[in-house]
Amino acid sequence: MVHKEYKTAEAISGPLLIVEGIRGVTYDELVEVRIPGEKKIRLGKVLDAMETRAVVQMFEPTAGMSADGAKVSFRGETATLGVSTSMLGRVFSGGGDINDGGPAIIPDTHLEINGAAINPFSREYPNDFIQTGISSIDVLNTLVRGQKLPIFSGAGLPHARLAAQIARQAKVRSGENFAIVFGTMGVSFDEAAYFKKAFEQTGALDRAVLFLNTAADPVVERIMTPRLALTTAEYLAFEKGMHVLVILTDMTNYCEALREISGARKEVPGRRGYPGYMYTDLSTLYERAGRVKNKDGSITQIPILSMPDDDKTHPVPDLTGYITEGQFIISRELNTQGLFPPVDVQGSLSRLWSAGVGEGKTREDHAQVKDQLFASYASGKEARELAVVLGEASLSQNERLHLEFANRFEKEFIHQGEFEERTIEASLNLGWKLLSMLPRESLKRIKPQTAQKYLAS
Amino acid sequence: MSPHTPTPSQGTITRVSGPVVQVRGLTAPRMYEVVKVSNMGLMGEIIEIKKGIVSVQVYEETGGIGPGEPVFGTGGVMSVELGPGLLEAIYDGIQRPLQAIEEESQSHFIARGIETPGLSRVKKWEFTPTRKQGEAVTEGDILGTVPETTLITHKIMVPPGISGTIEKIDAGSFTVTDTVAVIKTENQVIPVTMLQRWPIRTPRPKKEKIFPAEPLITGTRSIDMFFPIAKGGAGCIPGPFGSGKTVTQQSLAKYSDAQVIVYIGCGERGNEMTEVLKEFPHLIDPNSGEALMKRTILIANTSNMPVAAREASVYTGITIAEYYRDMGYSVALMADSTSRWAEAMREISGRMEEMPGEEGYPPYLASRTAEFYERAGSVRTLGTDDRLGALTVIGAVSPPGGDLSEPVSQSTLRVTKCFWGLDALLAYRKHFPSINWLTSYSLYVPNIEDYWKKNVAPDFPVIRKEAMELLQREAKLLEIVKLVGMESLSHEEKLTLEIARALREDFLFQNAFDPDDAFTPLIKQYYIIKAIMTIFKEGSVAAQQEKFDFNNFASLSVIKEIPTLKTFPVESLDHFKSFIERAVTDIRALVTN
Repeated sequence: MVHKEYKTAEAISGPLLIVEGIRGVTYDELVEVRIPGEKKIRLGKVLDAMETRAVVQMFEPTAGMSADGAKVSFRGETATLGVSTSMLGRVFSGGGDINDGGPAIIPDTHLEINGAAINPFSREYPNDFIQTGISSIDVLNTLVRGQKLPIFSGAGLPHARLAAQIARQAKVRSGENFAIVFGTMGVSFDEAAYFKKAFEQTGALDRAVLFLNTAADPVVERIMTPRLALTTAEYLAFEKGMHVLVILTDMTNYCEALREISGARKEVPGRRGYPGYMYTDLSTLYERAGRVKNKDGSITQIPILSMPDDDKTHPVPDLTGYITEGQFIISRELNTQGLFPPVDVQGSLSRLWSAGVGEGKTREDHAQVKDQLFASYASGKEARELAVVLGEASLSQNERLHLEFANRFEKEFIHQGEFEERTIEASLNLGWKLLSMLPRESLKRIKPQTAQKYLAS
Repeated sequence: MSPHTPTPSQGTITRVSGPVVQVRGLTAPRMYEVVKVSNMGLMGEIIEIKKGIVSVQVYEETGGIGPGEPVFGTGGVMSVELGPGLLEAIYDGIQRPLQAIEEESQSHFIARGIETPGLSRVKKWEFTPTRKQGEAVTEGDILGTVPETTLITHKIMVPPGISGTIEKIDAGSFTVTDTVAVIKTENQVIPVTMLQRWPIRTPRPKKEKIFPAEPLITGTRSIDMFFPIAKGGAGCIPGPFGSGKTVTQQSLAKYSDAQVIVYIGCGERGNEMTEVLKEFPHLIDPNSGEALMKRTILIANTSNMPVAAREASVYTGITIAEYYRDMGYSVALMADSTSRWAEAMREISGRMEEMPGEEGYPPYLASRTAEFYERAGSVRTLGTDDRLGALTVIGAVSPPGGDLSEPVSQSTLRVTKCFWGLDALLAYRKHFPSINWLTSYSLYVPNIEDYWKKNVAPDFPVIRKEAMELLQREAKLLEIVKLVGMESLSHEEKLTLEIARALREDFLFQNAFDPDDAFTPLIKQYYIIKAIMTIFKEGSVAAQQEKFDFNNFASLSVIKEIPTLKTFPVESLDHFKSFIERAVTDIRALVTN
């Protein structure tokens, strides 16, 4: 295919380039822009294709770009990424360039970075329990392979340490052929470096592909970064049969980049200036997780996002929560008390827990223990509120026991070391130990046979 | 079939912006006409005609499509295929079977430009005529039946607009496109096949709507007892994420006593649809003892599938639901989530550069929502046999941040008569279903009171009302307790709190994941409430006596046994009756000796 070059860029507005006098341009196709005197080609894609005019969204900043003399060529294909297993152990920029000084990748194949929707009929329901070694996750908000479960965090909270601990400890009982794909969007250098180091220390770096866009890197590149990461993940999972854990941080920065482009296009804004199609856009990222029929691999996603002002109703966590299969919420209160990981177990949720627990997966008593721990902890917290108002002395015996339970639950069950790994059995037994503090009749969620087996001893 | 089929025309694309494509040169384009975009044949629908330029919403991804490419008119409007084979199917938003898409794509990803009929053209169905040659029939009359699944007998009806005499009708094994009957009308001879088409945006005709008077029994205690929905009613479930909308919807799809279920996954999670797909064939319908899938039709247009098809999916679903209603079945339609449908409208509207209404939604949001929910109803269908059918519509709403003041929630609340408000705080405390008993309502209660009195117990409405009042009183008392503590409350107030807690924890709380607890028959619900309220009433009387001691009351064995009420077998109601007797005796004994 011959690519025609145009020198008819008429306007540049934020990340958008408007080209006139063109013909035969298609929607979403890849655009290359050559600026006189620059060696590197700048890339973009067509957002609006008209008969003689095209609106192009640049993937890199338009700083230093001039409409005069810019040569714009339309590639006749959508953006692709050359992928290969030799990407494992390598570091790329958020735009997909090699960033570790290593040799070029010889692609096995080129894949469209936008991906395609997985046919719901071709999906396999995720039901392999992943043991993260963290009690508050394994027992209460069970993660399964093929799930997308974000971490909702806030400024100054240790989400990076939690994500690193999950990446380090995550295990499944069946065979291992696992890989990590890690993408950062607009995070600080320190945070990116922290993850890199964490992967290095455990030797996981050889099994990881990193795409790093830091705060110093171009904003519009952040639109690309998660797509590159997920395209790589899909290749490793569905072509190479690996179990891929994708960690994306920080989705709030991604959404802000989206807002910037929407603003430049002068679109009608939705809530807080974010575009009305942000739900759809985010879903095209998050839905690229799962398992499919007749393929061994899987993609499990743990996106991390920071909630501005710890507000769960902010559009970014809100829309994310509507797409993902639950969320882990980091609690500022528990963090202040020095507990780690400070998972707000009540606010957190794993929608797929029921598929991952029970006999043959974890243990027969899992669901009941989980339900009861939640119920007793909620009663304990109510008692705590009451004690704040009326003083502990005015609590009934039952309320006092529950208060004591809630305290120990936080200190012994939720709290564990950053490097402490608990098996699911250990976590469940710990749950039973704490529950045994409470009178039997208050344990309404425990069925008699289960109580007989686990509570008597 | 469309009565007049204009000659298909060809036009040229002038602009592509996401799912909206503008086209020039189509001759005589009609609103909502289906077109094929580019040589790939992507399906689209005309949504605006302006000075020779038509706007088309395309049901597939438009990447790689550009100006200059052709667009072909089809002359027909967006329709669904109706006939045997709908049940047990799983479709995308424009009624393409997902299994066929998988086969044609040869991949787990959805390929583009796949054209596949909604109903199999090769499968043969056993048609048994119920009418004879020479008989006069009119629109909606049943010509014959087909055993579609072991649960549902499919009724082949005379298509709307046709009446005449049967010239020929045959029993036998036919595909959906074979002629099974020939009807001679005044001026035409019309062959009738088992396959009929109906435009999705036009409600199917019926004789009249009737007042819904029977509850849809769902097995979910808080719904059946406190906020019931009538068969033929419209209800909505708004709630923030994580509050249990999908679990509630799925639980209704599993256990409600509708005969046919249409479940629309509109812009929701892929894995959730897979769960339904995997689970339903194995789950047994408690009302019929057969696999749930045999009465279910799934429409899955997940969030990452094309947005225009998401807009169409609710219409596809409701048209199929109306078709089964017309056979005389009670149909329930679940749409999860209508907010995604509204967002699809917003996205298309934005691309068309229409003047936005509230929060960027198009100004016609409210009228479209109303039109959709008005397609629910209890009806007398077409046909001379005066069949009754019902279509219950239950829409989930996903308000941003759980804030109900937003346009989608508000336009939905205006047209639905049943509101199950899911509460983030209850969900946080893991009280499920998190239907807030103070804010939710059902306007169908007066309709179905007679049903309760006749079919469950004469005092059902009274006890229900008393229990409701008790819960409201609790809310007020808890405010006081927060300020001054339990100790300052009177015996009767303590009793109110104790019993209200039992109502919450042992009646309203229901574990949808526990097979023993997920479904409670209405009669059992009544007896649980009756038992709890009897304890309350007897307790209140006793509390007037000086001898009454609250702690003695609270440690009575009947009080401690309240949580076990829901495990009593429904087969022997004597358990309940003897429990109630024992409660009365024990409580009275507290103050007599």
